[in-house]
Amino acid sequence: MTLAFDLVLCAMIVGAAICAAVAGTIFAAAVFFIVYGIFVSLAWLRLDAFDVALAEAAMGAGLTGILLLRALGRMPASEDRPGPALAPALAGAGLALALGWAFLALPESAGLGPVVRNAAPGAGAENPVTAVLLAFRAWDTLLETIVLLAALLGVWALSRDEAWGLPPGLPQRVRPDGVLAGFGRILPPIGAVVGVYLVWAGTSRPGGAFQGGTVLAAVALLVSMAGLAQAPRVTSGALRLVLVAGPLVFLGMAFIGAVLSLWQPGAAFLALPEAHAKSLILGIELMLTLSIAVTLAALVAGPPEDRA
Amino acid sequence: MSLILPLLAAVPLLGAIAAVLAPRAGKGIGLGVAIVLLAALAVLVGGLNTPVVLPLGGWEPPLGIALRVDGLAAAFLGLAAVVMTGVLIAAPYRGAGREAAAFWPLALLLWGALNAIFLSRDLFNLYVGLELLTLAAVALAALSGSAGALAAAIRYMVFALMGSLLFLLGVALTYAAHGALDLAALPGRNPQPTDALAAGLMTAGLLVKTALFPFHAWLAPAHSGAPAPASAMLSALVPKASFYILLRLWFEALPDLGRPGFLWLMGALGTAAILYGGVMALRQARLKLVIAYSTVAQIGYLFLVFPLAGGGGAAQPWAAGAWTGVVFHALAHGLAKAAMFLCAGLWLAAAGNDRIEALRGAARATPMAVFAFALAAISLMGLPPSGGFTAKYLMVTSAFAAGAPYWALGPLLGGLLAAAYLYRPIAAAFAPVEPELRPVPRGQQAVPLALALGAIVLGLASAPPFDLLQIGRPEAAARGVE
Repeated sequence: MTLAFDLVLCAMIVGAAICAAVAGTIFAAAVFFIVYGIFVSLAWLRLDAFDVALAEAAMGAGLTGILLLRALGRMPASEDRPGPALAPALAGAGLALALGWAFLALPESAGLGPVVRNAAPGAGAENPVTAVLLAFRAWDTLLETIVLLAALLGVWALSRDEAWGLPPGLPQRVRPDGVLAGFGRILPPIGAVVGVYLVWAGTSRPGGAFQGGTVLAAVALLVSMAGLAQAPRVTSGALRLVLVAGPLVFLGMAFIGAVLSLWQPGAAFLALPEAHAKSLILGIELMLTLSIAVTLAALVAGPPEDRA
Repeated sequence: MSLILPLLAAVPLLGAIAAVLAPRAGKGIGLGVAIVLLAALAVLVGGLNTPVVLPLGGWEPPLGIALRVDGLAAAFLGLAAVVMTGVLIAAPYRGAGREAAAFWPLALLLWGALNAIFLSRDLFNLYVGLELLTLAAVALAALSGSAGALAAAIRYMVFALMGSLLFLLGVALTYAAHGALDLAALPGRNPQPTDALAAGLMTAGLLVKTALFPFHAWLAPAHSGAPAPASAMLSALVPKASFYILLRLWFEALPDLGRPGFLWLMGALGTAAILYGGVMALRQARLKLVIAYSTVAQIGYLFLVFPLAGGGGAAQPWAAGAWTGVVFHALAHGLAKAAMFLCAGLWLAAAGNDRIEALRGAARATPMAVFAFALAAISLMGLPPSGGFTAKYLMVTSAFAAGAPYWALGPLLGGLLAAAYLYRPIAAAFAPVEPELRPVPRGQQAVPLALALGAIVLGLASAPPFDLLQIGRPEAAARGVE
């Protein structure tokens, strides 16, 4: 039964990918890409990788989907689409075959899974994924959150000089009795609770800053799209403080460890004192969530624009 | 040392965050970061006798990530610090407008990404560093906002992200096969049939990012379309980061995979890049495009390290000389190329365009900048006494010692081509006519001059950097004598 389900799921993933690649219009390609993202997140669920499934559904299908559809709205209306691209198709097929061969050629290995599960409680997080993200490989996570910041700075740099200083994105106008206004009142409280829960649960169960932050970003976007609140200007000091709060607290904590290591044997750069590791991880995660949520929402909203 | 490595890794990032919060203070923050990092590097290099390792958070690999500094890492950290300091001093952005608010944090993030890569020993961490580097570089390439720069930046991003994905795929395969990401764990691995595929994918991704011919198509428009301080960083430093990872990968992690055909292919592509980049540079009418195509050519030299020092050749007496020569080339090119792009920026501002004819008489209007450009040109041509000469001398002698004189063809012809394409702007600058350039303050001309002098000093006083590079030099490049 589960084998049949897996086979059907695999077929649907490949089918959605092919449909996205050969779709007749760019709109159809974007929609198939979103469908593909949802199928892939189901596949991660089947592989028991709940954290990855959450992230794939929220970012791969959700935010990327919004970005694609919004970019489509900017493109001049035309029926032109690039013709079939034989070379990329062949390269993709070749790569797929090579990876398939690699999958069969490699012995089954558990990787570092057992080592991580053994060491996780000592790192202040029962969820091994959180232990990897915020203890063992905290340096990666720190750099990743700064990657998000770099992406946002890059997007903002694309604004026109005349529009610099306005809020991100285009000004929104909404009909007061429209669907968006209605959703804008109902969904944000639910989304906010789900987002905060995902962060809270992250220390012991699947969830965490990236997943919770994405949900909260969606809430912020909905509030802004429904016209319920005006986004702050890109030059606003408060907005900028929220954007960097997560990386700043993370980096600051890491650095305190390095300074302490001069006279404390157990301390080190990026090490959290074991007695307080759990509460510090939760604190860092909350700050990261805030920054990730606002950064993602601002990324989707785009560079500041005047209606020109 | 437990504080120096975190300083090098974290201070540029902290500076970038401060510049996001206080865009008006961007220049002051940048210079403050430069002072801290130069001081930290002075302490580091002064006390470096053996490689220093720092497991982050106290978690040793394979569970955690370790930073490590050996001579190679220290040399590249030093190159980044010197070039970035020059660029930050020279950058003209003021106030809190769009360009200033973007430039300062992005430049510091670029520096942070470079340092993260030069310090890292972990394949996935290197991928994250490359991602940060790419995003900052692409955004800087688009900074001017002109249609041409945006198109070049998008093209750059598509190539660079493709490179990232290929690299990541190779990293994932490596982890799947060996359960390890630390470079030091790979030489003693249990060989798997997928190793060659993983190494090939990582290498292909890094070649795209390094812009080795024929993956160079994105480089010239992106590097010439960026504002001059950004071009200096993009050309002098960014391709060196992916090349640095290639060096680590092939000389430290997986030297046993270096098949003769692969090494020969790398050398052939490098030679082709030298010739193609040189010919293309000859045909450009705009100075920034000449300098950008010169980067395509100069990147080619780096890949001669594979046939001269890689694989079975690693055990030969000449290998160490070739390896050191190539690293010298990377350092000398970084200094010279940053100086050239900063000069081009000064002339662009003084003449209103960057056509080579617009430089006529520049030697009278901007003598220091012309002197800087000429010194940088001496290093790029490989004339003595310069870092470029030391590099080419080591490469050419090891090519002859190895009984493979055809690998000397690229450096020798490349030097002639460089002389030809750099002669044009220099001849124009010395034309006996009244210059039509607006005056440029001497202080601004001093920065490229200092960088170009650095490229010359690298050749005049080559012993200290040479000794530095021997600290923790990879086994595959260490056997034999110079």
